[in-house]
Amino acid sequence: MSSDMRVVIVGASLAGLRAADELRRLGFDGPLTIVGDEPYEPYDRPPLSKAVLLGIMPPEHATLPARTDLDAKWRLGVPATALDLEDNRVVLGDGDSVPFDKVLLTTGVRARPWPKPEESDLDGVFTVRTLDDSRRLDERLSAGPGHVLVIGAGFTGSEIASVCRERGLSVTVTERGPAPLVGALGGVVAAVAADMQRDHGVDLRCGITVARLEGDGQGRLRRAHLSDGTALDVDVAVVAQGSIRNTEWLAGSGLAAGPRGVACDAGCRAFDLNGLVTDNVFVAGDIARQPHPLYDYQLIALEHWGNAIGQAEVAAHNMIHEGLHRRPHLDIPAFWSSQFEVNIKSVGIPTYSDQVVVSQGSVEERRFVAAYGFRGRLTAAVAFNHGRWLDFYRGLIESAAAFPPDFAVMDRTDPWEVRSSELPDPAILSHGPTVSVTGHLPTERHVEFVSAPK
Amino acid sequence: MMDVKLVVDLNRCQGYAQCVFLAPHVFTLHGEESLLYDAGPDDGERERVSQAAAACPVQAITTDIRPQSHEQ
Ligand SMILES: Cc1cc2nc3c(=O)[nH]c(=O)nc-3n(C[C@H](O)[C@H](O)[C@H](O)COP(=O)(O)OP(=O)(O)OC[C@H]3O[C@@H](n4cnc5c(N)ncnc54)[C@H](O)[C@@H]3O)c2cc1C
Ligand code: SF4
Repeated sequence: MSSDMRVVIVGASLAGLRAADELRRLGFDGPLTIVGDEPYEPYDRPPLSKAVLLGIMPPEHATLPARTDLDAKWRLGVPATALDLEDNRVVLGDGDSVPFDKVLLTTGVRARPWPKPEESDLDGVFTVRTLDDSRRLDERLSAGPGHVLVIGAGFTGSEIASVCRERGLSVTVTERGPAPLVGALGGVVAAVAADMQRDHGVDLRCGITVARLEGDGQGRLRRAHLSDGTALDVDVAVVAQGSIRNTEWLAGSGLAAGPRGVACDAGCRAFDLNGLVTDNVFVAGDIARQPHPLYDYQLIALEHWGNAIGQAEVAAHNMIHEGLHRRPHLDIPAFWSSQFEVNIKSVGIPTYSDQVVVSQGSVEERRFVAAYGFRGRLTAAVAFNHGRWLDFYRGLIESAAAFPPDFAVMDRTDPWEVRSSELPDPAILSHGPTVSVTGHLPTERHVEFVSAPK
Repeated sequence: MMDVKLVVDLNRCQGYAQCVFLAPHVFTLHGEESLLYDAGPDDGERERVSQAAAACPVQAITTDIRPQSHEQ
C-alpha cells in the first residue's frame, strides 16, 4: 500500500503505539509521526500499580513491544497544544507544527491531583499514573515508611493498598463511598472487596474523606485530618481519586471534546461540535466516548486497557479504508485487576445494571462470578478468581440473554438470590468512575452540563 | 543485544500457566490465577519468552521478537 497520506498520532502510549503498529501491519507505508509529551517510549501502565510496586519488574521494563518496524518519526517530550482543522496541522508546545491528512487523538487521562496545591506539593504525596510516579512511589515504599494513607478506593487505590500490605507496610484506605470498588462493581460485590481488604489487615475507612494534609514545617507530609475529626500520622499519601481527560488542548478545535472525552462514532471518527462526523480525525483509548449498541447507544468512555487496544486497531483500519470497508468497534468492554492475590475480571458494564446475582462459586472462598442485569437483560459479569468462566458470560451478553440468567452450570450457587446491584450516585465517590456512561445511572433520564475541571 | 519486550493481554489470559512453566524467571502466578510478569527480561530469556508466547493457548503474549529472529 504505497501512500503519500500523512498520518499523525497524538499521544505516545498504549493506544497510540498499537494504532501505529496496526497501520504498518496493515501495509500502510506513508509518513507517520507520533507526538507524546512524556520523554519515554510508549510503556504499559497496569504494572505500575502491581508488578512494579511488588518488585517483580523494574519500572523501566514497562516499555511496550511493537510487532512491526514502525518507521515513525517520534516527537517525544513535547505536548500538542492545539489541533488546527482549518490547516490540518497539530501545533506543538515548542512552536513547531506537524501537518497531517489523518490524525489520531490518544491523549488519555492524567491522575486527578490532590485539590489543594500547597498540600499536594508536600513531599510524601503521590499519584500513580506515569512511570515517574511509580518509580518515585516505589523508592519511597522501599525506604519503609511508618504509615501509608491511600485516598480513594477505586481500582488503583485498592491495588496500591494490596501492594502495601504485601510489603508489610501499615496502610489506611479512606473512601467517601460505602465500600471499595463500589463505583465500578456496585454494593453487593464491593462488600466482598471490603472484607478482602480488612482480612489482609488494611485499616479501611468508608464514608470518610480526608479534609486536610498537614506538613511538618519542612515541606514533608506528617499528618492527615479526616472528616470524622480524627487525625492520622502518615508519611506517605497516595491520592487515587480518579482521573482527568487530557482534552483541554482540543479547546477551539471545533471537535466535540470536553471533560467527558472526545465523542466519536463506532468507527472511532470524532464528532465536531455540531455532532457531524469528521472523516480525518480519529480517537482511541481513555479519551474516546463511543456509542455502543448493547448499551443503548450511550456514549461510553472506558479507562480499560483492552478498550485502548481495540479502538486503536479499529481506528488504524478505518484511517486507511473507505466507506463500506470500514469497521465498527463493538467489543464487549472487559478489564482485569489483581489485588490481595485475587484476580478480578469483568466483561460488560457492571454499572449498567439494576440487579445482580452471584451465579457461580462461593463468595466466602472468594471464588465466584456475579452476573449483572438491567431491565431483564444480562449486561455484565464479574469474576473473583473464576476468570475462566467469563468467555461464557461474554457470549450471553453478546446475545442479549435474559436476566436473571437461566442456565445449568457447574458450581452454581443455589438458590439464586437476585438483589439490587446497589450502584451509588457517582457524585458520592472519592475516586472518579473508570467507566462513564454519559455520566448517569441507566435509570436516569436527564442530561446535565458539566464544566471543565480547573 | 537489546532486552526483550513483551506484554500480556490479561483480559485474554486464562491463567493456564504454560508461560510460567516455560519461562519461570519471567512469568509468575500470584495467588490462584493472577499472572504477573517482568515485561522487559534480559536477552538471555529471549528463547524462553519466544517459546512461552508460542505455547500460550490463547495467544495472549505479544513480544517484539520477530519471526525471523527465531532460532528454530
Ligand atoms: C496504575 C494503573 C493501573 C491500571 N491497571 C489496569 C488494569 O489492571 N486493567 C485495565 O484494563 N486497565 C488498567 N489501567 C488502564 C489502562 O492503563 C489505560 O486504559 C490505558 O493506558 C489507556 O491508554 P491510552 O493510550 O488511551 O492513554 P494513556 O495510557 O493515558 O496515554 C496517553 C498519553 O498521551 C500523553 N499526552 C497527554 N496529553 C498530551 C498532549 N497534549 N500532547 C502529547 N501527548 C499527550 C500522555 O502523557 C500519555 O503518555 C491502569 C492504569 C493505570 C494508570
Ligand atoms: S500461557 Fe497464556 S493463558 Fe496461560 S498464564 Fe501464560 S499468558 Fe495466561
